[in-house]
Amino acid sequence: MIKDFEYLAPKTLKEALTLLDKYGDDCKIIGGGQSLLILMRQGLIAPKYLISIKGLSELSYIKETKEGLNIGALTTHRAIEKSPVIQKKFSVLAEMEQRLASIQTRNWGTIGGNLCHGEPAGDPAPVLIALKATLTIASLKGERSTAVEDFFVDYFEVALEHGELLTEIQLPAAPPRTGTAYTKFNVIQSDLATVGVAVSITLGSGDGICQDIRIALGATAPIAMRAKKAEEVLRGKKVTDNLLKEAGEVASTEAQPISDIAASEEYRRELVRVLVPRMAKEALTRAKA
Amino acid sequence: MKKELKLTVNGQPYELYVKPKTLLVQVLRDHLALTGTKRGCNESSCGACTVILNGMAVKSCSILALQADGGKVQTVEGLASGTKLHPIQRAFLDHGAFQCGFCTSGMLMVSTALLNENPKPTKEQIKEGIDGNICRCTGYNSIIRALTAVAKGEYKEGK
Repeated sequence: MIKDFEYLAPKTLKEALTLLDKYGDDCKIIGGGQSLLILMRQGLIAPKYLISIKGLSELSYIKETKEGLNIGALTTHRAIEKSPVIQKKFSVLAEMEQRLASIQTRNWGTIGGNLCHGEPAGDPAPVLIALKATLTIASLKGERSTAVEDFFVDYFEVALEHGELLTEIQLPAAPPRTGTAYTKFNVIQSDLATVGVAVSITLGSGDGICQDIRIALGATAPIAMRAKKAEEVLRGKKVTDNLLKEAGEVASTEAQPISDIAASEEYRRELVRVLVPRMAKEALTRAKA
Repeated sequence: MKKELKLTVNGQPYELYVKPKTLLVQVLRDHLALTGTKRGCNESSCGACTVILNGMAVKSCSILALQADGGKVQTVEGLASGTKLHPIQRAFLDHGAFQCGFCTSGMLMVSTALLNENPKPTKEQIKEGIDGNICRCTGYNSIIRALTAVAKGEYKEGK
């Protein structure tokens, strides 16, 4: 049963930030609420004030820029999935969205809300880490920027300070010969990840050397994490099947999964061991295409 | 404190006062007595509460009614025109696309949204489209057959 709260629906970002600053820990921001309402219903959180920003159309957009792409925090999952520019230039993001929950949830849920929820098994975080996304965070004091990989602090905890609101996600244009792939293992297609793996690889020109790589894992630690040691196995090398296998093994020891209803710790490590090379291979194919 | 909520449901405008914690499904069922929309799992898993809000299928158990303020809602009660059933409803009848019927209104609404967006979905697209809705009687095949028939144009208006 949801506890009573006061509902506030600011008309502008400025108004929202003012309310957020005023009510601090007594309030929660609600975007689409597709995750938040579940926690409220379970009585896990009971804010005194709920600030609905779902109606702030100024935070719902997908804009191509010289540097890449900017996505407003209130852009729905469905809008990202269906965006022609994302399908063309960041196809991995559209593919990820297609498997995120159900169409109904994607129609109402927002990308920013998903990130701020800090669910370790969420799909967008590993993909955005692999894509080197940065986030813009606003408060009454102004704006600041953070790398998405630094945004996740702990289980359901993100790096938002008093009065701060996530407003934008920026994706840098991928360098030439870059490929990114994501998959998740789960029993039901649209369920949360048992393990999610995103890999991005940039190849050198002509030499097939892995110049840059990012391996990001979901549902394998309290936060979406990079498997940095596994990245080092491949960085600066010509990618071979043996190296891919090694990267998978290293990543499976770097991961810190827990056992829960979806899978045991051992099983999750095994999934990482198998899925990291598989996604790296896919990323490689895409980098060569 | 109750807040004012304006909604247009199946073309009919409503103004009411609700507690902020009221969910859209509660407004539809308990305030407006539109009980065609079902409250199933109540946590976004089963899809029985699916309605169309501003043209999009959503789960009405997972939306605060106030967040839909000013919006246009279509429920299963708004599918038929008078006594004339919607093509998807006729197809569901002809193909026996329900057993206990609990999932049916949600299935009809998610299917309506699917066919509005993509009038000729493939079987895979139909499966993906109804993925958020659970039929505990496992009557999926007949639902897919019904939607395939509509997509093929077998249930055009007036036919």
